[in-house]
Amino acid sequence: MFPSNSVGLVQTQTFTFAQDEPFALESGATLSPVTLAYEAYGRLNADRSNAILVCHALSGGAHAAGYLAPDDAQPGWWDDCIGPGKAFDTDHYFVLCSNVLGSCYGSSGPSSVDPATGQPYGLHFPVVTIGDMVRAQVKLLDHLGIERLLAVAGGSMGGMQVLEWAAHHPQRVRAAIPIATTARHSPMLIAFGEVGRQAIYADPAWNQGDYYNNGKRPDAGLSVARMVGHITYLSEQSMHEKFGRRLQGRERYGYEFQTEFEIESYLKHNGDKFTRRFDANSYLYVTKALDYFDPAGQQGGSLAAAFESAADTAFLVISFTSDWLYPSYHSKELVRALTAAGCDVTYLDIESSWGHDAFLVEVETMTRLLGSFLGRLRSET
Amino acid sequence: MVTATSEQAAAAYAALRPDLQAVADLTPAGAKVLDLGCGDGALLAYLVRHKQARGRGIELSEAGVMACVQRGLSVRQGHLQEGLADYPAESFDVVILSQTLPFLDDPAAILAEMLRVGRSALVSFSNWGYWRCRLELLLTGRVPLAPDLPQHWYDAPRWQAVSITDFAGFCQQVGIAITREIYLNRGRRARIIKVKNLLATTAVFRLERATRSKPM
Repeated sequence: MFPSNSVGLVQTQTFTFAQDEPFALESGATLSPVTLAYEAYGRLNADRSNAILVCHALSGGAHAAGYLAPDDAQPGWWDDCIGPGKAFDTDHYFVLCSNVLGSCYGSSGPSSVDPATGQPYGLHFPVVTIGDMVRAQVKLLDHLGIERLLAVAGGSMGGMQVLEWAAHHPQRVRAAIPIATTARHSPMLIAFGEVGRQAIYADPAWNQGDYYNNGKRPDAGLSVARMVGHITYLSEQSMHEKFGRRLQGRERYGYEFQTEFEIESYLKHNGDKFTRRFDANSYLYVTKALDYFDPAGQQGGSLAAAFESAADTAFLVISFTSDWLYPSYHSKELVRALTAAGCDVTYLDIESSWGHDAFLVEVETMTRLLGSFLGRLRSET
Repeated sequence: MVTATSEQAAAAYAALRPDLQAVADLTPAGAKVLDLGCGDGALLAYLVRHKQARGRGIELSEAGVMACVQRGLSVRQGHLQEGLADYPAESFDVVILSQTLPFLDDPAAILAEMLRVGRSALVSFSNWGYWRCRLELLLTGRVPLAPDLPQHWYDAPRWQAVSITDFAGFCQQVGIAITREIYLNRGRRARIIKVKNLLATTAVFRLERATRSKPM
């Protein structure tokens, strides 16, 4: 029914905490209760030392691998790397993935119901940070009885969570694998985020975030936000290769304002598809969390100081040569800081034309790299 | 990690390039080691496994780094100069530069950095002062290939010929002491004292700062 190297049929589970004592957020606000959706693959060993937490990117969820239904067309978002014999080999490791706070795939977020009003939170949901997302994951690990992760891994925003784990919870991670990520958004990245958010604000259907009961969602705004974001996940070269200047379903220019080029059609299709699976308010919250992330800023600007307590953590830092969203030099800056902090760092800048998306595409290289790195950790424990 | 038997250690040692065997001999057991331009990690893996070293590497090529990771080593991809700059002073007991010296853009700066981040440096290089090199230039008028390094003048990366006398003179000039020396003649250990620049094809030196400044 499923490929033999698939984890097969999986089920998303939920964990709810902070019912009695509210969960304190970085902003000073509180949240109660807090629910996290999560999935788990493989088997936790007797001494609970083989757990790997996989952190998802902006629009991801807890469903990282396997199939939710027997007739499910698509497996989880990182199915290429999670399963028997894959990079995160479920024959050896217990792999966990949880949906981040603020998202819309089962964890508490703006589309969840506010117990105080019985209505969806909308903008009454408190602003959350990467630090808050990770502290919620810590609660999940406590609940599952996992004292120390063998590794925490993730790309893009997932990589930020990895860095947050290493900087603030180093005693709970043996190894950290930040992939195609950055230790802080540059002004340019904040600018891209803001364009996406402004597109949502400008949609009348957004209605200050209060749209869940209106029968009309800010799809137009969310779609534009996704299109802007999607451009930053590709590279000029991959767009050339995939679309070139080809026209969509026509021979010559129409001299009219229609979707003419293939790339236009592709972006529009992706934007539309995204509105069917993601919540506009969640997009605002999660992109805001990306912009706030700045572990060096919390340490007077020193990234090395942020990782001082992580000197016993082994790092595998991976970047991709054509990634212009989080370019290689962001990772190199991170590697410099980790080295200065005395951490054990392995770094590879993988040659790829796939842009930021490379971390999901370059499966073969990633499998060799992650497999070897994790294998070494396993032999050391 | 599984403890290797002495036979395994001997086999691994025999598989190393001769200059790397000399480097391994000069590396104390349990040392903290940084290997610059560590390639596929053969030396570093030997030092970690058989000399209980705490090994780190810097390597430019993606293929090299990948091979190192597959050997279970911690290696950073990057240029030596920018990589070295990140380490605090005296982070290592030994910093290794094997058969890379003639390819460096700024050897003086790299050597200074090596002796900043390391208490000692181990350097191996091919000797263009070897008599056959001299003879080749004299008789054929062609720039000789290094004795243990078959690089033509047009090959990448570019190199700069250097002899043992050149290097020793340089060390003296900048306050670097050569505290151990091993000479190879076509891969064999050679007991040469007087005319090493004429007879050795490769030199392996341990370097230390002659005037030991207090670490910052």
